[in-house]
Amino acid sequence: MFRLRSATLNANGAASAATQVAIPRPRAEVNRFLPRALLAPSVVTLFLWMIVPLVMTIYFSLIRYNLMQPGETGFIGLANYEYFVTDPSFWAAIVNTLLLLGSVIVITVVGGVALGLLIDDPFPGRGLVRVLLISPFFVIPTVNALLWKHMMMNPIYGVLAQIWHFFGAQPVDWMQDWPLFSVIVMVAWQWLPFATLIFVTALQSMNREQLEAARMDGARYLQQLRYLYVPHLGRSIAVVIMIETIFLLSVFAEIFTTTGGGPGDASTNLAFLIFKQALLNFDAGVASAGALVAVVLANVVAVFLIRMIGKNLD
Amino acid sequence: MAPKPPITAALVGRTVVAWAVTLVLFFPLGWLVLTAFKTEMQAISVPPLLFFTPTLENFAEVQARSDYLLYATNSVITSVISTLLGLAIAFPAAYSMAFFRSKWTRDLLMWMLSTKMMPAVGALVPIYVLAQTAGLLDTRVALIIVFMLSNLPIMVWMLYSSLRDIPHEILEAARMDGATLWQEFRRVLLPLGMGGLFSTGLLCLVLAWNEAFWSLNLTSAKAGTLATMIASYSSPEGLFWAKLSCASFMAIAPIVVFGWFSQRQLVQGLTFGAVK
Repeated sequence: MFRLRSATLNANGAASAATQVAIPRPRAEVNRFLPRALLAPSVVTLFLWMIVPLVMTIYFSLIRYNLMQPGETGFIGLANYEYFVTDPSFWAAIVNTLLLLGSVIVITVVGGVALGLLIDDPFPGRGLVRVLLISPFFVIPTVNALLWKHMMMNPIYGVLAQIWHFFGAQPVDWMQDWPLFSVIVMVAWQWLPFATLIFVTALQSMNREQLEAARMDGARYLQQLRYLYVPHLGRSIAVVIMIETIFLLSVFAEIFTTTGGGPGDASTNLAFLIFKQALLNFDAGVASAGALVAVVLANVVAVFLIRMIGKNLD
Repeated sequence: MAPKPPITAALVGRTVVAWAVTLVLFFPLGWLVLTAFKTEMQAISVPPLLFFTPTLENFAEVQARSDYLLYATNSVITSVISTLLGLAIAFPAAYSMAFFRSKWTRDLLMWMLSTKMMPAVGALVPIYVLAQTAGLLDTRVALIIVFMLSNLPIMVWMLYSSLRDIPHEILEAARMDGATLWQEFRRVLLPLGMGGLFSTGLLCLVLAWNEAFWSLNLTSAKAGTLATMIASYSSPEGLFWAKLSCASFMAIAPIVVFGWFSQRQLVQGLTFGAVK
């Protein structure tokens, strides 16, 4: 960031070390200044978008700041953190956040690869199948949540309850007894189409001759899968995991509109817990402390991910 | 193109399985649409009704209860403008990263993506306070800014991976022929990068349309988007599934239909350079 700025100021000096121009260019004087000038709007706005809330959050997290008692602000050190971290809901929320993230990624990657392979080769109605399959991705999360909560999962009138009845089983009260699982179903339903489509596109660039040769040599399907398909899909899998992580760490609307985090903390993730502190308990100080904890968690996951799959993304 | 595949047991099996899975996955959405045309009694009938006389009364009721057109307008304005603004500042950045690679390009990209990983809720209190101070609560401007910023990392990343596939030699040739920067952009980069620009725009439009966290927390009656309109139907007031379905149907129909027509272009850009 700062390097970028100083480098821009030195643009008419000697060649800056930060840039390695791959090819000689005729407009050399433009080349030192231009790349940074073009980057600047994005970098500066994103930097502000990151740093301003961050600094404010750090400040709020260290003071007494209740939205209902605006007058009483004072430095209270780490008390907000202590309160947030020792709240029994905290660990539940961490576990729920990671469970949600992990389950949805596993479901969508495994399911997406399977569906991608299923519709890779032509069959009657493939175009329509593609269109129908991608549809859930376009559904607004609040609609998704209400659709599942009422029409699908209602224990009396919901479609699932009717199916359970049909088979003579006792219908399940999904929101009460399986709240986190219900949220996982909703979120996975939304993201499975996304993963599937990325894998379908990636499969189209498979080397058909290689595949044909493997089949000729009598490679069984599992072998083809292991040695040809999965390696080919490696980068796409990395991309799917990356994008989904970005969105899944902060699942909010599905919880807000269905379970409200409950019963108890059964379906409260970190994002929802912070929301509860800020807007239901009006305690902006504790919420800010929680937000910083969330930021740390996000960074831990990010570092972990980038280590694991980052090289696939370059 | 490839010849028509012969009808084999494998093909029949694959077709049946593919259609079965697709219908199961699409079922909730199809059910939502059916319910939108039912009366409230039909909506909760046991066993569920598959055939019935459709009614349009829900549509009138939804419009009367919550001003659908206002929310829809807000959704269109915020998602379109935030996407266009975002593209305008992300494209130069992506261009710079793709054609003037340096040793910190990768780190910069990862940093941008990492800003997206922080849960939005982490910034809720400050952004709320800032919006309040600036008098932007419940305005479209606030949503446009927030949507643009939260999609920006994804935009840069997608555009970068599509521009990176354009061979440097083409740009070189244009420069050798004396093209100015503007000509280079207008005649070479834009036509070649159009696909990526298009699919990035489509994805961000969908993401902005479906954004629910900030619209729930920063807006209410005036600047609320369709995502917030639906949330107001979540409070239990007796049985109201037909109206809920109808409101949901109206909220998602524009973006789903839009998505159907653009899915091919959308998907091409979604590979993020994962396909070589």
